[in-house]
Amino acid sequence: MTAPLPFRVRVQAEPFDAAAEIAALSGTGDVGAVVSFTGFCRADKSADGAATPLTALVLEHYPGMAEAEMERLMEEARARWPLLGASIIHRFGRIVPGEQIVLVVTASAHREAAFSAASFLMDWLKTSAPFWKKEERADGGDWVAAKDSDDHAAARWQAD
Amino acid sequence: MKVLYFAWLRERVGLAEEEVSPPESVRTVADLAAWLAGRGPGHAHAFEKPGVVRAALDRRHVKPETLLAGAREVAFFPPMTGG
Repeated sequence: MTAPLPFRVRVQAEPFDAAAEIAALSGTGDVGAVVSFTGFCRADKSADGAATPLTALVLEHYPGMAEAEMERLMEEARARWPLLGASIIHRFGRIVPGEQIVLVVTASAHREAAFSAASFLMDWLKTSAPFWKKEERADGGDWVAAKDSDDHAAARWQAD
Repeated sequence: MKVLYFAWLRERVGLAEEEVSPPESVRTVADLAAWLAGRGPGHAHAFEKPGVVRAALDRRHVKPETLLAGAREVAFFPPMTGG
């Protein structure tokens, strides 16, 4: 019997070490599959074909509720899939293109649960975790609009 | 009760948070949004399209028809764009 793996949720301004997070959820004899997703800030991020490139995303969050909502998503994922451990990290503050924004790591005995739980967590993070992105461009910048496609991606988990 | 605003609601209202004492006739989240909209031009601008504004009571997502029922902290914000 090995020590149980952690289920962790973190909201932070600093960059994270994805490799270290994956390593923390590996290496026990019970884990057969670890899935990780890292979301990055893209230079070309634009909903309306803006002429000037994006220089940064500034992420605002609701302290306290962000962590609480991520914990609720973690509980929901654990209720749906036999996870052995998981990490969710979301950054806030000013993030430049090429930098990481979000990390989800899931560990399970088999790949199907790890893949599904990671996908579920990302879909719901986008639509229910209280974070808002503002684009920063040479000529100003505006708040990123929520996408219907993200709502649809999250909603498909309710049809199961 | 404490009201918090985030993202473009915060910018339009011009405040991140404020303490308010709505009348007893303000019973639901939607009632509160409508009442807040009457506090000034910034508030009116923030709540001009109530259908796009989301809310949380004591840090949980709620619907417009949810009763305030003694909530201590109410937050209003646009649809979330994290991840």
